[in-house]
Amino acid sequence: MELFTPDFGLIFWMFVAFAILFFLLWKFAWPMILKTVDHRADLIDKGVEYAHEAQEQLKNAQQQSDAYMAEARRKQADILREADKMKTQIIEEARTAAQTEAQKVMDSAKLQIEQQQKEAQQQLRNQVSEMALEIAGKVVKTQFEDDKNQTKLVGTLLDELESKK
Amino acid sequence: MSLLTRNGMKFRLKSILALLLATVLMAPAAMADDNAAADVDKVAREAVHEAEEAAHDEQKKLDPKELIFEHLGDGYGWEVPFDHHHRIPLPVIVWADDGLHIFSSGRVTGGKTYRDGNIDFKIAGHDSQYKGKVVEVLPDGQEVKPKFDISITKNVCGVFISLVVVLGLMLWLASFYRRNGLKTPRKGLGFLELLVEFVYDTVIKATLGDKGRKFAPYLLTVFFFIFVMNLLGLIVIFPGGANLTGNIAVTLVLAILTFLVTNIFAKKHYWKEILWPDVPIWLKFPLPIMQFIEVSGIFTKPAALTVRLFANIMGGHMIVLVLTLLIFIFAAVSPVAGGGTTVISVGFSVFMLVIDVLVSFIQAFVFTMLSTIFISLAQEEGHHDDKAHDHQGANVQVAAK
Repeated sequence: MELFTPDFGLIFWMFVAFAILFFLLWKFAWPMILKTVDHRADLIDKGVEYAHEAQEQLKNAQQQSDAYMAEARRKQADILREADKMKTQIIEEARTAAQTEAQKVMDSAKLQIEQQQKEAQQQLRNQVSEMALEIAGKVVKTQFEDDKNQTKLVGTLLDELESKK
Repeated sequence: MSLLTRNGMKFRLKSILALLLATVLMAPAAMADDNAAADVDKVAREAVHEAEEAAHDEQKKLDPKELIFEHLGDGYGWEVPFDHHHRIPLPVIVWADDGLHIFSSGRVTGGKTYRDGNIDFKIAGHDSQYKGKVVEVLPDGQEVKPKFDISITKNVCGVFISLVVVLGLMLWLASFYRRNGLKTPRKGLGFLELLVEFVYDTVIKATLGDKGRKFAPYLLTVFFFIFVMNLLGLIVIFPGGANLTGNIAVTLVLAILTFLVTNIFAKKHYWKEILWPDVPIWLKFPLPIMQFIEVSGIFTKPAALTVRLFANIMGGHMIVLVLTLLIFIFAAVSPVAGGGTTVISVGFSVFMLVIDVLVSFIQAFVFTMLSTIFISLAQEEGHHDDKAHDHQGANVQVAAK
């Protein structure tokens, strides 16, 4: 049957046609098409991988940021506590210093007062003794010859007076 | 497939349409009163009448077998759409005893004899053993086949039209990529890319792995060439209508190419498996039983490829032809039977053609897939692995189709 007997002419031309088609496509079409298809497949694979990585990184970053936040909060609390402590300390110190200073001032004032008192007493004593002497002298001059004994007596009397006081 | 436009078939397309129309309108027309005959009925009656006449005229000459084989076969001209008396002439190229002869097929159609140089040529008639082929007519009236006949017949022309279509499509896609880089094409080109990626990813790369890139140009060319030829075969009028992949010469060439690619690029392991397979020694020496089986296996693979594609496509065409011819066979019996058959036959034909579109894709895909598997079997290195057996199992299943 003619249907089952291949025709030489058609075989010949089919070979020629296929050769032409294959050559032209092999030269001008397939490299570009296959390159693009392969390249795009790679790109998609890479894209998926990249997305995964990015997600992972995002998760990491979130964790990290959480950690940083916690750390910062802890530090903040520390600093606050420290500041509080320092504040109390400073106040304490200031108070102590003020007290010491005040004590010093008071001490020195006291000392000065004592000094002045003493001086005043001494002055007064001297003046009194002078005045007494003068008075006594005048009294005694008029009554006694012996000045020396008289002075001594007066001094003793004055000491007595003082201690009595 | 191209039944409706064939020269040999002298029916008019009109008569088929008329029959179809008549069938639809037959019942109301028959029942209608004479005075109630509307314009539609009139038209219907005229159509029925015309169709009956047409069917009656052709009835005497109707030879289904002849018609079917003529439509499945090749020819020296290409019929003009919707015209049964003219054909697009194609060049006849024959190598006779005294050299090359090239002339238009228009000079020898219709039983004419044409004298080119010193030799008379004509297309052999139905009674000749070279039926339908260009032959030399010797002075004593004897018909001799020329040494080589490489005429651009209808099928050859169809092959080149397919070539141009495939080339155009692929260059279009390639130029799109060249212009747009990695951008994905839309619409028609998107579909084309889908096909390329489908075949490339699911068949070529999945089977051949890293070697896929090396064989992809051949396999993709085969796929698209077959696919386009299948689809063009389904189109009734020019530039379709040539029964290309339903012609054994075309499928034979494709199978031979796969055979060549498989064996030329085969690895050492492939030949070792054929010439000294891993079987008990008595199976291969002194009687080379296994070798015989393996070597015949080399040749049965392309034979299976040839016949599978050829038979599938030709079968699809033949079913549609037979369904269409049924209309005329029954129309010859009675108009009513003819009308009824028209509806059924046209319905089934349309259904078969839709199936054939699917078959066009499937057969192109199967041919490519089997070629890929044959090539990959020859590419294996080292020991037998299970993969090869799986492939062979799959082959057998597909081959059973």
